[in-house]
Amino acid sequence: MSKDSIIDLKDARFRWPGRASFALSVPEFLVEKGQSVLLLGESGSGKSTLLSMICGTILADSGSVSVNGTDLKTLSGWSRDRFRAEQIGVIFQQFNLLPFGSVTDNILLPLKFAPSRRKRCHNPSRQAAELCQALGLPEGIASSKAANLSVGQQQRVAVARALIGAPPILIADEPTSSLDELAQSNFLDLMFHQVAAQETTLIMVSHDPRLADRFDRTVHMNDIATIQRQAS
Amino acid sequence: MILRLAFGSLLARALTVGMTILAIALSVALFLGVEKIRTGAKASFADTISGTDLIVGARSGSVQLLLYSVFRIGNATNNVTWESYQDLANRPELEWIVPISLGDSHRQFRVMGTSAAFFEHYKYRQGRSLEFGIGVVMDDLFDTVIGHDVAQTLGYNVDDPIVVAHGLASFAKHKDQPFRVSGILEKTGTPVDRTVIVSMQAIEAIHVDWQSGAKTPGKSTPIDAIRQMDLTPKAVTAALVGVKSPLKTFSLQRAINEYPEEPLLAILPGVALQELWGIVGIAETALLAVSMMVVVTALIGMMATIFSSLNERRREMAIFRAMGASPIAILGLLILEATLTAAAGAVLGLGLLYVGLFIAQPLIDSAFGLYLPIEAPATRELLVLVAVIFAGAIVSMVPALRAYRLSLADGMMVRS
Ligand SMILES: Nc1ncnc2c1ncn2[C@@H]1O[C@H](COP(=O)(O)OP(=O)(O)OP(=O)(O)O)[C@@H](O)[C@H]1O
Ligand SMILES: [Mg+2]
Repeated sequence: MSKDSIIDLKDARFRWPGRASFALSVPEFLVEKGQSVLLLGESGSGKSTLLSMICGTILADSGSVSVNGTDLKTLSGWSRDRFRAEQIGVIFQQFNLLPFGSVTDNILLPLKFAPSRRKRCHNPSRQAAELCQALGLPEGIASSKAANLSVGQQQRVAVARALIGAPPILIADEPTSSLDELAQSNFLDLMFHQVAAQETTLIMVSHDPRLADRFDRTVHMNDIATIQRQAS
Repeated sequence: MILRLAFGSLLARALTVGMTILAIALSVALFLGVEKIRTGAKASFADTISGTDLIVGARSGSVQLLLYSVFRIGNATNNVTWESYQDLANRPELEWIVPISLGDSHRQFRVMGTSAAFFEHYKYRQGRSLEFGIGVVMDDLFDTVIGHDVAQTLGYNVDDPIVVAHGLASFAKHKDQPFRVSGILEKTGTPVDRTVIVSMQAIEAIHVDWQSGAKTPGKSTPIDAIRQMDLTPKAVTAALVGVKSPLKTFSLQRAINEYPEEPLLAILPGVALQELWGIVGIAETALLAVSMMVVVTALIGMMATIFSSLNERRREMAIFRAMGASPIAILGLLILEATLTAAAGAVLGLGLLYVGLFIAQPLIDSAFGLYLPIEAPATRELLVLVAVIFAGAIVSMVPALRAYRLSLADGMMVRS
């Protein structure tokens, strides 16, 4: 196992319980520390499943998934959740935020479950405000309700939430697919700026191969994983 | 912050959550209200008679004797002859004795014949005596003292004339003997409030021209003639007895129950009350059970709303999961929300109870003579509230466990 790999999957296999028709198997997938990786693949190819496996919300049936030097299967369910909170910031495609919470509440949420991450930022609400500013969110947005934000603004708040307390890894599952082209490139600029500033390792899923030049590395699902889709 | 988010989540579903809270509140108010009436009724029953050691009547059931002699509920099947009464009154163990003669009515109120000793020895609510609002004890043969409610309802004042009817719900009125109100009693919260009190002799006087419940035809003795007659009572319905020493109570009771001349019954009011509770207890328990079921129904309603909200909240839970919340934390969050909802319902229910009491208190008082005190919640009531909140938490575990399993199975990428 390479010393520099922050993410390291070996012979990892996963099958959704009760769904024999889909089985994902990843012989090897390594990501170096600080690298930005674009993950491409058609719909249903198991991209989100792979990310869930890295996040430890689902456990590989066999093989190993190591994140930042820790094999996830050695952790108990509760410590895996804690580990995820400490190590990984997550952005979904849409509906990232708790609509009834304020922007600040949403940004600070992961710190509730990650004490070391909270310690890392000395003044959480200040850092939240700084991140908002750096991500081009309008002044005074901090106390507005998340539900009142535009989709583009919500996605940027999601970035702020994923990056607060500087977790080593950022995982983004199609974060731009709900944005129009201009907002999309704007969003990526801001996100990459922050990722570079915090030296975060980034894995981002997208359907759009044109984004490839922004990333250190582009990986296609077909190259790292085999999928079995037989009616069992 | 988690608590604030839980609040926010509840607020975002304000309508359904509000309905749930209202349902719980109403059920809690109902439950507490039933409880309040139950204890209030018990207390007011127990407060109706005090200081009387024995109640004596013709042999029947002890509850029946208690009911007709003290509560004016039902009728005596038999009377006690005046001779037996005299025998009893002459016993050495006796401190005092008060005769009671029932069977006549004035409008919807019962007429009770008794002696002046009644006003001295009848005690209610831990030894309180009857007091006159205005006027005095009857002085003349045709004087009467009326209870507070009688005066209130019929608008009577001192010196007003009233007519007494023979028998209850009977239209045959003792037209010839108009009585005069000589005094009106203060409110007591006991059946005395709804009683017209006359002397034992007056009862005899009313019945001069009557024979076994019907007016003797063509006979109408003038009032002056009646006044000249010997009006010694022929019978009493019951008697209240006080003994000289409490130690004598039981031996006197036995002696009366074994009285050879006539079948008599002597009861201890407290014991008979206990017996009455035993009978009423079943209905009481049923009422309590029904109102408890209403609370349970409201809680099950809450469970159903949580269940139906789970689907729309899957996204919310996925966010919590992705942020590092364990499935246990999600379970806890749902239980916390349910507990808050149940707590809000319980507190609102308590509020509704007091509002209801405030409105209903005078109505219940005047309609049933039942005075429900408005006071700070008793420990018992607070325990009920705690139990409701606790039950809410328990009940919510069913949908919370489902959420737990869903959030385990979903991973964090919810397919929307
Ligand atoms: N929570 C789940 N429970 C059961 N099956 C699931 C679950 N999530 C995904 N799957 C199945 O796993 C397979 C891969 O889905 P996945 O979401 O990983 O694909 P994807 O590459 O992310 O697709 P897309 O580009 O559409 O997001 C699909 O057949 C899907 O039905
Ligand atoms: Mg996907």
